This record gives sequence, C-alpha cells and structure tokens, in this order.
Amino acid sequence: MSLLEVEQLHAAYGPVRVLEGIDFSVEQGQKVAMLGPNGAGKTTVLRALSGMVHTRGRAEFDGRTLVGRSTADIARRGVAHVPEGRGTFPTLSVEENLRLGAYVRRDGDAVRADLERVYGWFPRLSERRSQSAGSLSGGEQQMLAVARALMLRPRLLMLDEPSLGLAPIVAKELFGVLRKICADEGMTVLLVEQNAGLALDLADHAYVLESGRIALSGEADQIKDDDKVRRSYLGL
Amino acid sequence: MERFVQVVVDGIATGSIYAAMALALVLIFRSTGIVNFAQGEMAMFSTFVAWGLYEAGVPIGLAALTTLGLSFIVGMAIERALIRHFEGGEPLTLVIVTLGMFILLNSLAGWIWGFENRGFPSLFADETVTLGGVRLSVESLGIVAVLLVVVGLLFLLFQRTKIGLAMRAAALNPESSALVGVRVGTMLMLGWGLAAALGALAGVLVAPRLFLDVNLMGSVLIYAFAAAALGGFDSALGAVVGGWVIGVSETLAGTYVDFIGADLKILVPLAIIFVVLLVRPTGLFGSREVARA
Repeated sequence: MSLLEVEQLHAAYGPVRVLEGIDFSVEQGQKVAMLGPNGAGKTTVLRALSGMVHTRGRAEFDGRTLVGRSTADIARRGVAHVPEGRGTFPTLSVEENLRLGAYVRRDGDAVRADLERVYGWFPRLSERRSQSAGSLSGGEQQMLAVARALMLRPRLLMLDEPSLGLAPIVAKELFGVLRKICADEGMTVLLVEQNAGLALDLADHAYVLESGRIALSGEADQIKDDDKVRRSYLGL
Repeated sequence: MERFVQVVVDGIATGSIYAAMALALVLIFRSTGIVNFAQGEMAMFSTFVAWGLYEAGVPIGLAALTTLGLSFIVGMAIERALIRHFEGGEPLTLVIVTLGMFILLNSLAGWIWGFENRGFPSLFADETVTLGGVRLSVESLGIVAVLLVVVGLLFLLFQRTKIGLAMRAAALNPESSALVGVRVGTMLMLGWGLAAALGALAGVLVAPRLFLDVNLMGSVLIYAFAAAALGGFDSALGAVVGGWVIGVSETLAGTYVDFIGADLKILVPLAIIFVVLLVRPTGLFGSREVARA
C-alpha cells in the first residue's frame, strides 16, 4: 500500500471548484512532481491534503484519512507543507523559525541534533541563526522554509513552488540541496512546481495537472523525453 | 528632594497599574488584531470576585491569587465560547462584540453587587520604609515589585518556552503556525486567559487606591489605552514604559504645577502622547513590519 493514496479528490474555494476528482499516489521514499500551467490546481492539491480548503473524496496517509482533519493534526501526523510564498515568520529569528518546525516533537535532544544537521545542509542559515527571518534574501527564506519543514522529521515533505521568485542560479542551488537531502534521508516528497525542468530532474514520477484534472502521468524520465508532452503541457 | 523622589515612586506605582492593564490590551491586540474594549470591565468583575472572597473570610492575598486563577480560566472560556465565532471575520464585528461585552459585564456586576462604593483592602501593609533617607510607602514599592515580577515571568514565558514561541507565532501568522502543528485556537485562548489575569491584577492593585464600584476600571482603561498607544500597540516593553511615563508625568504635574492640580493632570500625559505619536506614529517601541521580498 502506498504512503499517500488519493482518490476522487475534489476541492473548492466557496462556489469555485478547483479540483474535479483527481487520483494519485505517493510511495514510501518516492519523489513525485505535480506539474501543470498556472491555475491548474497544483497548489490546491497540497492545500487540500493539509486541510486548508474545503475538500471531498479520499486521501489516506499511512492508512488514515486526511480529509476533514485540522491542519495542525495533519502536521502532527508527519506531513510537512512548505507553502507557496514560504510562510516564514519574518519577525522571529532564523533559529526560532526552525524550533517552531519541531514544535510537535517531544524529543528535545534529537531536535537539537536535527538543528545542527539542518544547518549542515544550509550553512548560510547557520551564519544567520540569530538574525530575523525577514532580513534574509528570497533564496535564504526559501531555504529556511524547507529547513523548518525538515525539523518536523516529516514522513511526507510537500513543497509548493520552491523555485518561485528565485533567480535561476539560486533555484538550481536549492534543488541541489533538496536532491542531497532526499538521497541522505530517503525522503518522500510531493513537489508542486512550474519549473518543469528542475522538478523532473528531482522527481521519480510526475503527474501533469490541467484544469483540476490529471491529464497524464508517468515516470519523470519518460515525461522529460516526450517532445509532445513537453510542448503541450510544460512549455519546455 | 525627598518629596520629589516620593512623587516619582508613587507615579511609577500608578504607572505600573496602567502598565498591567496595557499589557492585557497588547496581548489581545497582538494575537487578534483588535482592542478589547471589555478588558476593563472584565478586570472590574474579577476585582468584585476578589472582594467577595475577602468578605467571605479569605485572606486578601489568597483571595487575589484565587481571582487571578479564576480570571485566567474565565478569560479562556470567553475566547472559546464567544470570541472564537468572530475571529478571522471583520475586525469591526469583533470590536462591537467586545463593546457588547463591556455593557453586559457592567450591568451584570451592578445587578449582582449593586452600584454603591465599597472599600477594598490593600495587598500591602499601610506602612513606610526608609530607603536612602527617603520615606516610601510599602504599597507603592509593592505594586512596582509585583509588576516587575509579572513582566519577568511574561518575558520568560514568551522568550524561553516552547508554548510562548508558539503563541508568538500564532499571533504573527496563523496559517503557517497550523502548518507546523500549532493549535492556533488554543494559543488565542491562552492569550485571552493571560490578558484576563493581568486585568484582574490591575484591578486588585488599583481598587484600594480608588473605591470599588462598577466603574472602577473606566479611567484606568483610558490610561492603559494611552500607555499602549504611547509604547506602541504591539510592544510589551512599550506598554510598560508607556504606563510609567504616563503615571510619572501625571503625578509630577499634579504635584508641582499649581494651575494643573488634580483635575487637569490627565492633560499632561495626553499632551506627551500627542507629541510622540506625531513624531513616531507607531509609538515608542511599536514596529512597522519590515521584510525583504
């Protein structure tokens, strides 16, 4: 059985229906990318899984349903969500942001060890640990958002447009670190991204979303090499 | 010189009471984004409860402590039962709800305890001590000490504990807080509980200096608003400094400037606030959020 199984997931903002019944799954240790144009509903998939939008359908994480649970409860089950726009706390220090990431954990010693591990992956955060998060550059803030999610020791890491608003070289650096973390930790990842090139390099499997439905799915390598898919859906 | 020191210490004591009340306002403002107009009436109600316990034979210190605990619980209950339904909606709606609570609590207290003045015992001995050749009242020193202890405890709570960090986070960004597993509703509830307890503290400290009646906190609330505005509505340090500035300037002007006296002394702090807010609209310690995109 998959770690995350989603069937006929519908989501709506008031009367506006965004997801029209999607099916997908994420295996333990798998890295799955959710691609598609603006407005296809990619962000809403993550928000639906985190209980931040009105949702119908089946979404089971490790055999337990996520639909109808509160956002805090879902995080407590080990689903870390890095939201679009990063969602860091600008007036808190870098280290306070990271400690909040581990808020639900009760293993203080392991949290301290993880803090150093996360600083190891993101040395620039280590240099700025007592600075306020709001004073960081865009790239550093995105790193902080990812690092904060890792402090949960998540069983599923959900990333929403991590490359958004970053200079290409910074985005590339971030994905380099993400690849390393996935390799070190065997992390299970669900990645939403507009930058299909970066996403497909990281992912094992990809789904392409169009108007709230899954238009196609396949191995990341196949999708990357399929000219027709690249032209029609990914703009590569 | 002795007189001057006495007046300043007395001003700091009065200001400490304003500061406790201003801290309650700041706590709610930071987490909910509104001013709780009912904060004063909640405090008045608490003070009546302390008075009731005292009349029933409970020693005043124990009565005050019990009241702080009860106020904490009732403050949380008010958030849970009433305020929760309006959070995240129009701020104005919530302001009206607190105004409604103001009227309700005021009338309810009158209905239960009547409208006459009552004496309220001081928590401190009616004595003076001599420090560095200056005779100072134990009550004034006691009030200042209590406030400093409370501020120290609040600092430890918010800066040194996990739950305090989560309370700050929930106030800053509820959505991100929920994403890291913080139960935002519980944090708001705790904030209301703390604010109610702080208000109760201000009530039992000020009641011996005035008389206890249903309008006990009316003027205190106005001074507390002024202290919070002066210090910056989102700053706990500002609330304390603001309270002290107002308390000291008011007492000094009332004592040394003949034509001001007791009736006009409220004008002095208001003039100071006017000037400070002209120069710094966010107050002395208030912040405009600064962040790089």
